[in-house]
Amino acid sequence: MSNESLDPRVNRLKLGDPSAVIKVEEGENWNVYEVFHQEKRGAHHEHVGCVHAPDPQLALVFAKEQFARRKKCVNLWVVRSADILAFDVEDEDMFANNLEKNYRDASGFKVMEKINKFKQSK
Amino acid sequence: MYGGGYIFDEPNGKQLREEQLHDDPEKLAAFEDRIARGEKIEPGDWMPAEYRRQLIRLIEQHAHSEIIGALPEGTWITRAPGFKRKLALIAKVQDEIGHGQLLYNAAETLGKSREAMINDLLSGKSKYSNVFNYPAKTWADVTVIGFLIDAAAIVNQVANAKGSYGPYCRALERICYEESFHLKQGHDAFIELATGTPEQKAMLQDALNRWWQPIMHFFGPPDKTSQHSEKLMQWKVKMASNDEMRNQFLDSYVPKIWELGLTLPDPLLRKNTATGRWEYSDPDWNEFFRVINGGGPCNAERLQVRKWAEEEGRWVRKALMNPAERRSLPVA
Ligand SMILES: [Fe+2]
Ligand SMILES: [Fe+2]
Repeated sequence: MSNESLDPRVNRLKLGDPSAVIKVEEGENWNVYEVFHQEKRGAHHEHVGCVHAPDPQLALVFAKEQFARRKKCVNLWVVRSADILAFDVEDEDMFANNLEKNYRDASGFKVMEKINKFKQSK
Repeated sequence: MYGGGYIFDEPNGKQLREEQLHDDPEKLAAFEDRIARGEKIEPGDWMPAEYRRQLIRLIEQHAHSEIIGALPEGTWITRAPGFKRKLALIAKVQDEIGHGQLLYNAAETLGKSREAMINDLLSGKSKYSNVFNYPAKTWADVTVIGFLIDAAAIVNQVANAKGSYGPYCRALERICYEESFHLKQGHDAFIELATGTPEQKAMLQDALNRWWQPIMHFFGPPDKTSQHSEKLMQWKVKMASNDEMRNQFLDSYVPKIWELGLTLPDPLLRKNTATGRWEYSDPDWNEFFRVINGGGPCNAERLQVRKWAEEEGRWVRKALMNPAERRSLPVA
């Protein structure tokens, strides 16, 4: 590489030895926070991704920069990824629906049939 | 947490753990059935060690490409002609850094720490898109990057967004949405030069001539020479072959270049109306491998700038560090 960069800012930096070994320590890029985005007042906050941050306040600042710079947003939540409790994905079958659950559903109750039967019987 | 069963690569590339080298055939069959049915694989799911390794490699290099790709364009922010072009370029460069962050997060869900990825980039072990080893000499170069390199990246990213790994697909959905702005602002700046003064047209033609070979290199070596990618196709890690993507790019964008009265430095370039496929001269693949292995005009500078940023930013990261924070992986 020639020493002169096309980028005037790069030249001003007086970059060091290209063969220098730089090592980033584990943990240097802080902790991970999950981000939840609210598009309009009254709507749910929806999960949109993560940011790395040293604490919750800065996580909010970074989340605004990363997830609210274009589309509409009225609020954000952040929470440490480690503080999310979730079911084990292996247990997914426990959510399988028993077909005999129409007693939980509006469609499980046929009032019109009963009303019509009652009217006809008169 | 970095403990647990999902770590493929110890920080900085130590070997796979022994038990991960042998996939359980029953689990493998169930995994492949899920993918065949079009289901997405999520971070906590069982996956073959090789699937994890290939995905980390793919997503990590994609992330590095976004970050390094912002360098040649970032150079031009102060010199972009006019206030609106400056604003658009700042917004685009910020998006690219944001894409890098989204992708690093997606790769982290597979168990490799962000620091390990950055270290592998800085040491040269992990690659990034080869096009960014070339310089942006004039403003016309920036318009060629914004229009055609972003267009090529979109072809690739739209294909990958239909892949099998959930976090990568979700990141790409967001990325593709922003890329449509990158493409449009690049096309607009490109047209402005193509329809401008004779000097502007000549500057653009010169940039196109220099960038054409790196653009032809962008999708990688021809299918006839690339190694075993069938498994990756079956696992929906790789969604289209190099030649298919290159053909799709040529089909969409060569007409948009030619309609502006510009030429491309390849006398064989034409669409075969019988096969519907594009024909072109083979770009110099030795040059491609020479550049990707460090021999390009900007490889050293790109890494030097990244090293400088890591070193000079370290005191800020340290000053903000909260010792009570416990590290964890992204959830999704
Ligand atoms: Fe991008
Ligand atoms: Fe882009």
